[in-house]
Parts: sequence; structure tokens; C-alpha cells
Amino acid sequence: MSENVQHHIAIYKKVAAALAVLTVLTVAVSYIDFGVALGIIVALIIAATKGSLVLSFFMHLLDEKKSVPLSRNGIGLIIGSLIITALFFLVIIFVPLMGHADRVGDYYTLPNADAPTVETPPAH
Amino acid sequence: MDIPYIVDERPDTGLTNVKLGIWLFLASEVMLFGALFSSYVLLRLMAPEWPVGSEVLNVPMGTFNTAVLIGSSVTMVFAYASLQMDDLAGFKKFMGATIVLSLVFMVVKGFEYTHEFQIGNFPWTNTYLAIYFTMTGLHALHIIGGVIVNAYFLGPGSKMWATNKTQFTNRIEAAGLYWHFVDLVWIFLFPVLYLL
Amino acid sequence: MADVTTTEETAPVAAEHGHDEHGHDEHGHDEGFWRTYVFSVDHKVIGIQYAITGLLFLLFGFSLMMLMRWQIAYPGEPIPLIGEWLGDERAPGGIMLPEFYNQLGAMHGTIMVFLGVVPLAVGGFGNFVLPLQIGAPDMAFPKLNMASYWTFFPGGVIMFASFFVPGGAANSGWTSYAPLSVFATTGQTMWLVGMIFLITSSLLGSVNFIVTTVQLRAPGLSFMRLPFFVWAQLVTAFLLLLAFPPLEAAGVLQLMDRVAGTSFFMPSGLVYADAAYGGSGGGSVLLWQHLFWFLAHPEVYVLILPALGIVADIVANNTRKPVWGYRVLVASVIFLGFMSFIVWAHHMFLTGMGTTMSSFFQTTTMIISIPSVVILSALFISLYGGSIRFTTPMLFALAFLPMFGIGGLTGLPLGLAAPDLHLHDTYYVIGHFHYVVAPGTLMALFGGIYYWFPKATGRKMSDVLGKIHFWGSFIAINVVFMPMFIQGLAGMNRRMYDGGEQYVMNQDVLYLNEIIGMGAWTLGFFQLFFIYNFFNSIKNGEKVGANPWNATTLEWQAPSPPPHGNFSEPPVAHRGPYEYSVPGAAQDFVMQGEPDQAVADPAKV
Repeated sequence: MSENVQHHIAIYKKVAAALAVLTVLTVAVSYIDFGVALGIIVALIIAATKGSLVLSFFMHLLDEKKSVPLSRNGIGLIIGSLIITALFFLVIIFVPLMGHADRVGDYYTLPNADAPTVETPPAH
Repeated sequence: MDIPYIVDERPDTGLTNVKLGIWLFLASEVMLFGALFSSYVLLRLMAPEWPVGSEVLNVPMGTFNTAVLIGSSVTMVFAYASLQMDDLAGFKKFMGATIVLSLVFMVVKGFEYTHEFQIGNFPWTNTYLAIYFTMTGLHALHIIGGVIVNAYFLGPGSKMWATNKTQFTNRIEAAGLYWHFVDLVWIFLFPVLYLL
Repeated sequence: MADVTTTEETAPVAAEHGHDEHGHDEHGHDEGFWRTYVFSVDHKVIGIQYAITGLLFLLFGFSLMMLMRWQIAYPGEPIPLIGEWLGDERAPGGIMLPEFYNQLGAMHGTIMVFLGVVPLAVGGFGNFVLPLQIGAPDMAFPKLNMASYWTFFPGGVIMFASFFVPGGAANSGWTSYAPLSVFATTGQTMWLVGMIFLITSSLLGSVNFIVTTVQLRAPGLSFMRLPFFVWAQLVTAFLLLLAFPPLEAAGVLQLMDRVAGTSFFMPSGLVYADAAYGGSGGGSVLLWQHLFWFLAHPEVYVLILPALGIVADIVANNTRKPVWGYRVLVASVIFLGFMSFIVWAHHMFLTGMGTTMSSFFQTTTMIISIPSVVILSALFISLYGGSIRFTTPMLFALAFLPMFGIGGLTGLPLGLAAPDLHLHDTYYVIGHFHYVVAPGTLMALFGGIYYWFPKATGRKMSDVLGKIHFWGSFIAINVVFMPMFIQGLAGMNRRMYDGGEQYVMNQDVLYLNEIIGMGAWTLGFFQLFFIYNFFNSIKNGEKVGANPWNATTLEWQAPSPPPHGNFSEPPVAHRGPYEYSVPGAAQDFVMQGEPDQAVADPAKV
């Protein structure tokens, strides 16, 4: 058990180093002008890489693929639940977005032309 | 009848109760932050103009905080590994470091927020700031919750090590999973809010 | 993290507690009134707490509706008996103000859904029955379970208290659409805070349910041997787990819009009461709708699934046959749960979405009707060839089937974008969803109460009173909701405090308002039989043993009521959950936990 933990500790150190490098990369890349769409994609890829490292090694998700009778293809209940969650996460991010893209008319992006103007700044 | 699978894993699932429980809780947290990311996307798409994050927020402070939080994740996993190696002193050292780093994160966040308020940037100023304060605020609340739990395990909670090492280790594993998740959220929050 | 009974409490149960209320734990020493009845960690006590609280809120929410139906049937006429007590801010001279009508409407919906049906169906039935049915000593996290109830309770108190603050309770519909809800009175803030409590409670509970079902099943109880009730609760728990958080986030955002002046849901250029909105603007009202309905659609499946589970168990028991198509039922309920996450915008067909989005959502909505039909058909087919016993639970379960059918079928024109153009926000919608929840779920829940009351108390409820309750309710409830389809097709709008009087198109269907009102008050009258029966039977009901219904599932092996820890030894499941009328068996049922005659290895997963 102890050697197993030592082996894990060696991995943790490597992952920590990788995360440090990727963090520097995250900031460095932001100075390059990819344009909005590509910039978002690059930033998200780097973030996803960092996230995967945390999930797989710090959160031991790679170890969860045990071949126990209840899991199919080593997927297991935890990974199965996470896959479903990820799916719904994507749904809640993309569907409202697509709904906005598919809208009829501009009514909720243009201000009300007949609105009285605000004289004083909002008081809080 | 006692409740089984608190200490030992159930053979056909390979899980303890607390491990499955914490992962399910994290799944719900993914949906919570997911809703906020979705709000960010929609608000930004609809805005005629959207500020450049690096011009409003302090990127060096944010980067420093990212390093601090990732560091706290590293110390957290080492705290867990210490318990696996029967090293209570090591656990206490690393858990203490995790808490200290968390507090550093919060202090830096405090500086950031105060600075924003001083120059007149409030949540009600525009939707960018609204979503920034809300997302980082909710994240900060999660850090505070984690600090409380971790402090409990460092302090009175660690008494369980004397009577039931495996159950205590399982609890630290669960606390660690929560903490890594908090780090994970920030890994996405930082570029989205500060850099894009 | 959640703790469990310490190693001290492993002593086996000395004696069954029979008809005693649980005042003693396994050692026989008193834990005191508070730990036993109020802050108990025993799932049975918590289940009863949820059930009674849920029933009280159902009664309260029902009373709100009875008030509303008076105003709808007789607009502008003073409310009899209690009109004066309501006070001048609500009903000057006993005549209901529109503002108060709106409060009643918003709170009736909120209370019935979030404080009534879900706490009863999930918190009550789920907590009490599920651990017993899987042969577990309790939930996986008993303290978390207690925390979940005591988070729900303050949420309920806040919602109730909101009636008594200046401006009254929330009045922007149970849907709290922005910007109306952001401009609304203080009660809306309390609604949001209350919802945050309720959602948190639900999340804690759903984690508990899933872990319990996965981890604490007795030996031999594989997933495909679970009673369908457990499957229904498991899928429901997943829905609560993953669908509620976006509403919690949205609630926080709306709270910030109201209290901190942010503009998450407030568009630019708003004018309210002739004054310009002073916030920054730039927000989206549709954002609220997306986040709200992302929960609220799975929420309606949360409302129906436990009822389907209850009906399946009761039908099997009272036809003396296994349910037909068990595997199909399981596959359907899982598929239904999954699909429920991708249909929500059928509530938003009239928000200006384009044809791509409306096509997508009406397609997924049509697809989701398939598993619902499959489940209902399987339950209907289960009756065929059965030896039907018309016990009180069975009457409710039988009534549920066609009522849910009507509810489901009337949903189809709503799920298609084109007819929804005409029917959206009309009384047709009210008729549709009430048929599913009121003649549907609520009848199933009543059936469940009559069914499991003996297990919880050791006594049966009166059959005579039960049948009066059933027939009166069944007839009255149809009188209430069937006419609404007619009104809706005529174009009568929802949420109108004058019952639709002011619109020309409604004139021909206005007469139905009085009929519906009569139905509603009659329905209220027949609940008195239930209330009396419920409380009277606790003390004076016919005493019964462990298995008064000759049922098969594991909970009927435990004593009535079960002691702490439920079973003195862990039960072992030897067969499926509905082994009724097995050829060659000594009786017309074989219990799930009864050993085989041959000495075979029982713990096969």
C-alpha cells in the first residue's frame, strides 16, 4: 500500500508542475490576438486540460474505472453520473445560446425608444 | 442493524457511501455553476459591448490567486496521501497549509473587491460586473465552506484518527474531492472572467 | 461529513415494538422527546414529519384555491364567513382585491408543488418506504436526512409568513417571471429566500436517496429486483439533483436584481409605473425563463414519478399478479428521466423563438410522451387477468390510471408549437396540468397513504370512510377540472381575478366558473372524511400485523411499525418484487425475502 501511495505522490508532483506550466500558458496565450471565437476555444481547451488533470489525478477519477460487476466497460457509477451531468451541463450552456441565435426579432436587445431617460444616476 | 459501507467498500459497486455521496453532490454543483456560466454566455451575447476582462480586473492578482488555489489543491492531496501513509503529523501540516493558502486567496479577493468598489465598480454598474461579482462571490462562499470543513477536520474532527483510521481517511478523501472541485471551478472562472 | 450510529448501537432488537410509538431506541433508554420526535435521525420519523408537514401545506394551498374559486365564480362579491377577517389590504368589505387574488394564485402553485406534493411524495413516501423496501436499516446518511427536513421546514415557514408582510406574499405567479417579479413587493424576496431553503433541502435529500438505493440494498436485491416504487424514487432523485441547482442560481440572481440593483433579468429601456428603470439594464428576461423552466420541467416529472411507483406497487398487490412489463417500465422511467431535461422550452413557445428551436423542443416533447404512454399502458395491461381486490388503496390507484391518461393526452396539443399558440396561458393548460397532478398524483398519494398507513402505525384506516373519501373526491375533482378544457379552448386566459368576465370571448363559458367552484368546495368537504379518518385511526384503527395486505415487498416483513434499525437481521431477497400467484406456491403470494425451500445460495446479485 505504501509503495502505491509513493507512486501516487510522484504523480501528484508531476501534475502540480504541469498545472503551474499550464497556468502560465493560460495567461501568456491571452496576449495573443486570436479573435473572439478562437480565443475562447483556445482558453477553454487549456482550462479543460488543467481540469482533466485535477479530475483524473487529484480526484482519482482514473482509479474509479474499477472492473467491478456493477460497472460496464469499467465506467462505473461515478463516471456514469458525471457523463450524464456533463451532458446536461452542455445542454444548459448551449441551448439558451442557440435559442438566442434563433430568435425572431430584436425586441430584447434594443432599448425602448420611448423610454423616459434617467436623470439621476442609480442611487445605491 | 448498523449502516454498512461507511468504512469498507461495497463489493459490487466498489464504493463507500461517502464517496458516492460527495461525487453526486459535486454533480449538482456542476449544474449550479453551469447555470451561472450559461447566464454569462447569454448576457455577453446580448450585450452590444462587453468589457475586456484584463482591462477591468487585475490579471496579475488573478494569476497569483490561481497559483495559490492550485497550490492548495496540491497540499490537500498530500494531506490525504499522508493519512494513507499513516502519517498524522504530515496530514496536519498539509491540511494547515491548505487552509492558509485558502485564506490567502480570500485576502487577495478582498483586495480585488475593495479596489473595484473604490473606483465605482459595483454589481449594479453593468451586467459584466454583475456576473463577475456573483460568480466569484459564490465561488468564495464555497471556499469559506471548505475552510470551515477543513478546519474542523484539522481540529476536533481529527480525533477520529485514534478510533477509526479508515473512516477518517475516507472523510478526508471526500473533503479533498470537494476542495479539488472548488479549484476546478476557478480554473474555468479565471480565464473566462479575467482573460476573455 | 455525515456520521452514522456508533458501534455501541449494534445490539440486536430485543422485542418488536408492535403498536408502540417509537419512544425508545434499541437499548430501551429514552432519548427524550426532542431527539425522538423532533430531531430524530430515523428515516421513519423524518418521513412522517415530511408527510404531515406536506399534508398540512396541501390543505393550506387547497384553501387558497377555494378562496380564489369564490372570486372567479362570483367576482366582486364579498367572501362569506371569512371575508371580514382578511382585512382591508386583502379584501376590503370582504371583496377580494386583484392584488390579493394574484398572491393566492402564485402561492397556491408554489405551495402545492414545492411544499405539498414533493415533500409528501418524495420526502414522506420516499423516506419512509424506500429503506424498508430495500431491506436497509435506515438511509445512508441519517443526520443529513434530518438536516434536509429541517432545511425544508424554515423554507415553508418563510413562504407561509410572506402572507403577513406589507404588500403580502409573492404575486407574480409560481413562475416569478422577470421583470414583474423584480418590481414586485417584499413577498417575492421571501419567496426567493424560501426557495433557496427548499432547493437546498431537496439537494441534500436527493444525494441521500441515490446513495441509499445504490449502496444499501439487501443481499440478493439486484437492481432488476427492486420494486418499481424504488426505481421511480431513484430517477426522481436524479432529477432533483441535477435540475434544481439552476433554479437556485436563478433565485440568487433574481434576489440580487431585487435587493442589490443588478440587471440580470432587466432589459435596457424598461419603464415601470411611468418611471424609467434606474438599473444598468442589459439583462435578459428570457434568461430567467430558461433557468426556471430548466428545473420546472423536470419538476413535473418529480411530481408524477413517485405516484407511478406507488400505483405499480398497489396494482400488483391488488391484482395478485406481477406488474406487466417490469423491464419495460424500468427502461421507460430511466428514458423519461433523461428526456425530461431537454424539453423545457415547450413552456416558452410564445417567447419569440424561431422555428429551429421550436421544432427541436416540440420533437423532444413528443418523444417524451412515448415512455409515459408505455408506463401507463403497462399499468393498464397489468390489470388484465388480475384477481382485483377493490381495497381503498386500489380504488385510488385505479382512478389514477385514466386520470393520468387524460392529463397526458391533453398535454399533446400543448407540446406542439402550433396549437400551443392558441392554448398557451389559457385554462386548457390549467386543466391539463391539474389532471396530471390532482386527479393523478394526489389520488395516487392518497392511495399510498391508505396502503402504507398500517405499516407506519400498526393500524388500518377505516375502509368505509376511505371509500366515501374516494368517491366524493373522484367525482368532485372531475367536476372541477374537466370544464377547464372547454374554457381554455374558448380562449379563456389564466390568472384573471375576475374569472374572465371582462372578455367577450369568455362569455359563453363563464357559467362553468360556478360549476367549477361548487366542485372545488365539494372536493374540500370530502377531504374532511380523510382528515378525520387519518387522525382517528392512529388511536382507534383496527390493529394489524406486519403484512395486512398480503404483499410481497420487503417492507411487509418488518413489524408494524418497524423499530429503529427496521429489521433484526438483514433480510435477503430471494426473488423479484411481485411474486403473486406463483404456480404451485402455498399462497397466492411469495414474499421477496422468504427463503427458497431448496437450500440454494440466496445472495446472487
